[in-house]
Amino acid sequence: MTIESPPAPEATTAATAGTTYRPVLDDDAPPPVPRSSLGRPSPEESFLAWGTWGAALGLAWVVTQRLLPLEGIPWFVVVFFGSGLLMSAVTGAMHGGLVEVRDRVAASLVTGGAVVVAVALVSTIGYVFYRGWEPLTHVNFFLDDMSGVGPADSFDKGGVLHAIVGTIVQLAIAVAITLPLGIGTAVFMTEVGGRFAKLVRTVVEAMTALPSIVAGLFIYSVFIVALGQPRSGLAAGLALSVMMLPIIARAADVVLRVVPGGLREASLALGASRWRTVRHVVLPTARPGLATALILGVARGAGETSPVLLTSGAAAFLVANPTDGVMNSLPLFIYTNVRSGQGTAEDRAFAAAAVLLMLVLILFVIARLLARPRGTKPSLLRRLLTRRPSEVRP
Amino acid sequence: MTTLPVSDDRDDLAVDPRHISRRATGGDAVFEWSARAVGASVLLITGGVGLFLGWQGFPTIKRYGVSFFTEEQWLPDEDRIGIAGVLVGTFSVAAVAMVIAFPLALLTALYISEYAPARLRGFLVSMIDLMAAVPSIVYGIWGFWLIMPHAAEFARWLESNAGWLPFLQVRGADPDAAYWDASRYYSSAFCAGIAVSMMVMPMACAVMRQVFSQTPPGEKEAALALGATRWGMVTSVVLPFGRGGIIGGTMLALGRALGETIAVALILSVAFEVKWNVLETGSATISSLIANRFGEASASQLSALLAAGFVLFIITLLVNTAAAVIVNRSRSGAGTDA
Repeated sequence: MTIESPPAPEATTAATAGTTYRPVLDDDAPPPVPRSSLGRPSPEESFLAWGTWGAALGLAWVVTQRLLPLEGIPWFVVVFFGSGLLMSAVTGAMHGGLVEVRDRVAASLVTGGAVVVAVALVSTIGYVFYRGWEPLTHVNFFLDDMSGVGPADSFDKGGVLHAIVGTIVQLAIAVAITLPLGIGTAVFMTEVGGRFAKLVRTVVEAMTALPSIVAGLFIYSVFIVALGQPRSGLAAGLALSVMMLPIIARAADVVLRVVPGGLREASLALGASRWRTVRHVVLPTARPGLATALILGVARGAGETSPVLLTSGAAAFLVANPTDGVMNSLPLFIYTNVRSGQGTAEDRAFAAAAVLLMLVLILFVIARLLARPRGTKPSLLRRLLTRRPSEVRP
Repeated sequence: MTTLPVSDDRDDLAVDPRHISRRATGGDAVFEWSARAVGASVLLITGGVGLFLGWQGFPTIKRYGVSFFTEEQWLPDEDRIGIAGVLVGTFSVAAVAMVIAFPLALLTALYISEYAPARLRGFLVSMIDLMAAVPSIVYGIWGFWLIMPHAAEFARWLESNAGWLPFLQVRGADPDAAYWDASRYYSSAFCAGIAVSMMVMPMACAVMRQVFSQTPPGEKEAALALGATRWGMVTSVVLPFGRGGIIGGTMLALGRALGETIAVALILSVAFEVKWNVLETGSATISSLIANRFGEASASQLSALLAAGFVLFIITLLVNTAAAVIVNRSRSGAGTDA
């Protein structure tokens, strides 16, 4: 496609000035080539990207296997990464100056850092499941407690039911305390306000710094030593709530603060009272955010060992009543078994860690699903339940 | 047609202006006061913890005076109690953790916000959040079994190659010996710091990534349009914009690293002394001291432990407050597209 050249300058007269000409199709021109996407790398660029790391792989092999006495996979990985940076610099220098070299090396470095983190995460989860796989394959691991089972007994005896139940009971106590108090405080701080609310906010933000072991020590010295209560699931639940309360209150405060002020004002302008505004406008708007804040707080509490270590005591048998003496929980079960030094007990601890990981993962997925912006499509259940609207006849 | 208001001569029409008040009445008053009561109770609970720690720990600090902060040993039976050793241990574990966690968090946050393909970004953000939700005991057992043997070997390599640095020396071990004494390198502050770094890294990374993602796109595009490479754009726009988030996120992570208990108690073998050699076995932190010693503590020892916990709380409080101030003061969050 070519554009017809405009008339020669001498032809420009007063009559033709300011006239635009439409481009005309030229039949002899070759067909237009589809333009490649601007963001997509050209073949040369992708060859450079892959070629750099291919060359680094070869270089790493030569250096570690042939040139230097560097044995083992760790050295290979280190040399591979180092030569990758070097090759990035070389390919950068082939294309441009120092700016290009810096850009390529930085990109490799940033990607490398992210890969290290990914490897750490995958190795953590993978190793826990790898070590804990054998107990997990026995059904009784989920259905039995450890009463009468020695640490060295085989995996077809005993299980972690008591620890799972203990974790759930303690978390339920903690949620029953922190949910109303935490969200109530957040409502107070954002919706009521005033000088007192500022004081509460300052103290709550300060207490998010409280180390979990100190929260446990607080409940230990007040509830168990001073009040003379026995170690129990209730004490552990209280310790978890002391730890979780500032976290949940602060997160809920952040969520409520981003509710648009226009919504509140619209509701008040329609004559709703402040309580009705909070109940019917602010809280429903913030509902997904509040649920996320709560669940992430619960996930944090589920994994904390130190408050439980001080307050609950480790039982080997199933206890469902939180006021009925010592009660185990998953993190505590892991901690005590890991320290026992017995091979089978360690494997049980790893299996319990896998169970704990799955519990946290489930909570996490629920939080993500709740935090998702609600689509316009009704849920599957609602679509199944509601009858299809009958066709409108003219 | 509009008509003018007719002036009225009668005098008795004067009314008092409506009384305007923000004071809540009826159901609103109930709501306001119950919310206030909830706030007050939470203030009582959370503030009570801090006050209680100070009140319980005060007798110990008063009794031992300055020596509480200079004594290395924790020997309640000999009436020698001090937190100098555990304070140094706390800071060395946290320092190792931050040396590892800071670059990783920064690089990962940069990767997610600037380098990752757009469709992977949401997934990577959830992965970092998930990493932050992994219980600390899991990182503890990961560090103890999977990492510690490699960490010990790396520590030996570090000592033989950089042993002239005083804090990398290991007393009582010869790194060049034919048979190397691995036990001198196990259970060190270095090993504990690796596990703690994995725990605090996602936290720092999440804060940094959030701040980076708030960089005004106009400024980024302007840098690219002026011919900057991606790295040039990062150094000239993203990093200066996110400086507050980088410092604040790092300090939040530091606050968490200082208070981390279980992984440290699991990995570290207890030794009470002022030890700067991070690669050498044995150390203690305030939180691992509490976790190890609360069981056999008498009333006065409990008070001493509470005093130690109070000191730890004050330190993390200072670090967190500084972090909050820095994050709030930075330019991040304030739009420039006016």
